[in-house]
Amino acid sequence: MGKMNSTGRETQIASSAGPAGLPDGLDAAGVVEMYRTMILSRMLDERVWLMNRQGKAAIVASAQGHEAAQVASVRALDPSRDHFLIYYRQFTAMLALGVTPLELLCGFLAKSGEPMSEARQFPLHGSHPRVDLFSFSNVVGTQLPQAVGVALADRLRGDQGRVTIVYFGDGAASQGDCHEAMNFAGIHRLPVLFFCENNGYATSVPLQRQMAVESVAVRAAGYGFPGVSVDGRDMFAVYQATKDAADSIRAEGGPVLVEAKVDRLLPHTTDDDHTLYRSPDDIGQMRGRDPIDVTSRALRERRLMDEDGDKSIRQEARRLVIEATDRAEALPYPDAEAMYRHLYAE
Amino acid sequence: MPTLTIREAIRLGLDEALETDPSVFLMGEDIGTYGGAYAVTAGLLEKYGPDRVRDTPISEAAFIGAGVGAAAGGLRPIVELMSMSFALVGFDQIVNMAANLRYMSGGQIKAPMVIRAPTGAGMQLAATHSQSFETWLAEVPGLRVVAPSTPYDALGLLRSSIKEDNPVIYAESAGLYGASGETPAEYYEVPIGSAKVCRSGDDATLISYGHGMPILYESAEILAARGVSAEVIDLRSLSPIDTGVLVDSVQKTGRVLALDTARRSGGIMAEVTATLQEQTSDWLDGPVVRIGAKCAPWPYNREMEQGSLPDAQDVTGMLSATYDL
Ligand SMILES: Cc1ncc(C[n+]2csc(CCOP(=O)(O)OP(=O)(O)O)c2C)c(N)n1
Ligand SMILES: [Mg+2]
Repeated sequence: MGKMNSTGRETQIASSAGPAGLPDGLDAAGVVEMYRTMILSRMLDERVWLMNRQGKAAIVASAQGHEAAQVASVRALDPSRDHFLIYYRQFTAMLALGVTPLELLCGFLAKSGEPMSEARQFPLHGSHPRVDLFSFSNVVGTQLPQAVGVALADRLRGDQGRVTIVYFGDGAASQGDCHEAMNFAGIHRLPVLFFCENNGYATSVPLQRQMAVESVAVRAAGYGFPGVSVDGRDMFAVYQATKDAADSIRAEGGPVLVEAKVDRLLPHTTDDDHTLYRSPDDIGQMRGRDPIDVTSRALRERRLMDEDGDKSIRQEARRLVIEATDRAEALPYPDAEAMYRHLYAE
Repeated sequence: MPTLTIREAIRLGLDEALETDPSVFLMGEDIGTYGGAYAVTAGLLEKYGPDRVRDTPISEAAFIGAGVGAAAGGLRPIVELMSMSFALVGFDQIVNMAANLRYMSGGQIKAPMVIRAPTGAGMQLAATHSQSFETWLAEVPGLRVVAPSTPYDALGLLRSSIKEDNPVIYAESAGLYGASGETPAEYYEVPIGSAKVCRSGDDATLISYGHGMPILYESAEILAARGVSAEVIDLRSLSPIDTGVLVDSVQKTGRVLALDTARRSGGIMAEVTATLQEQTSDWLDGPVVRIGAKCAPWPYNREMEQGSLPDAQDVTGMLSATYDL
């Protein structure tokens, strides 16, 4: 399946940029492109949150704070051959994979032309005709055993060198499905990359009340494969860890668990109020290490982008969001009479 | 009489049980500091502490199973699920374990626990988050299943459920948490297995529970305007079903319509109408009528979802088509 970038625009790079100190496989243009996707994701995310408040989008789970981890993990894989099983917080990953802002908005607004499910599926869930991704259940953790099966199918078909990456939260790691999937993948050394976006919360429940260990990554040892933990606000660190994991999996080294420590900057969903369980101090601290700011600073320090470049990336993203919003709002709702369509093979 | 919402009535019942019975404790996701996904347990952690109001990891199989074990060990756990749809993750513990324990131990072990869960569609939560598995669970021998639609019943049934020596599924209609009504200040219980005639009438018997009740009240008003007097019955309990009250009513009216807001096929109203056909056929003026939601996964799109749900027009339309009312 084809790989697209999310904006289709030329990047604007400061002329002095060089690949200085970039992880293997990343070049200056690629890095700026990743940042561009993060900005687009942030702005679109802010927009749908607003649309929920306007009564237009029934429910929104935001990726704010997870952007760097998502964009870098996608970039470290190869969407032209790898499989992606995502979860509901993966706005940025979806954009990075080539889902367009208009398609995402159609999902939230349940508009006609929504390619994931014809407006049947919960936002950010579903599969996509152009992108090799799927995500089907609100029930957390179900995608992990499914990913094991996708990898098993590759193995049984003799399809080598493909990685199946499955994303999940720290909360989902407490499901039996997570344990059972990792155990199965470990036994058969299947090409699965388990990618945990650990934001320290399952809705309101903090990590200490979800698990007795400090990191999800340490569990991998119990299944007989490696686990690594990285700072998920650092795009380069996530890229490197995910790339290493994918290389090892492609070399038939068996599964790897990568854990990216991130912050969930907003409440769990638009139905939640996180001030009930997070102090203003905690919220302030998180905001102080916002991956957008961290990345912007890193790119400028490395001279991969200058202030004007940053500004124009933001302007361009704003324009794309407005354009997609106008188009999505103008679309009709699907025909409710088609209710039974797709229930069975026709 | 004080007026409470269903949410407040359930909270009051939990508070009272924690206060008076040291063997009662609560477990569930986000029920502590956060006060529950639907704010039912708000304030209880502060009052009773984390041992008795316990936030769990997202591990339904573990905390339902732990509930079974704690109940077998002599306590009275009350487990909250964030959605009836998520009961599936712990179904083995509910269906194979909690329900069977007493029988398969020859009466030696019991599991007196309450599993509370919001249920039902209508909030754009889509296929895996909108299902009403109380109708499946009602078929399982060894379980009790109740589903209140008013604050009065919510409190009365919760009291009986907590005292009950068998596992109870307590299904909370998610769209009705804010519904308010009068609740007596003096202690009362609503026994499990008792239906309620909510409005009397002579021409037709309308039966439902939970989310279906507001639809039946609306239908009864439309019918009244046409000069048709409908008797409206709230099942309140899906297991056991109070067959006596239903049979008495149908013997009086000779016409019956049973409404389910869960999927029609294989639902609880199939059981209700089949039973009435068996027991009241000599009194019936026509075939029993059963209405339910469309038999497709719940779609996210609002129009499609609303279109799947039955409404008062469906009720009155089916009554005129079948009984010429
Ligand atoms: C089996 C199951 N139980 C409960 C829920 C309700 N729920 C939805 S998301 C969520 C928290 C998930 O936390 P985590 O996996 O850490 O992901 P995050 O939202 O933090 O990214 C919960 C409890 C669910 N979807 N599935
Ligand atoms: Mg989390």
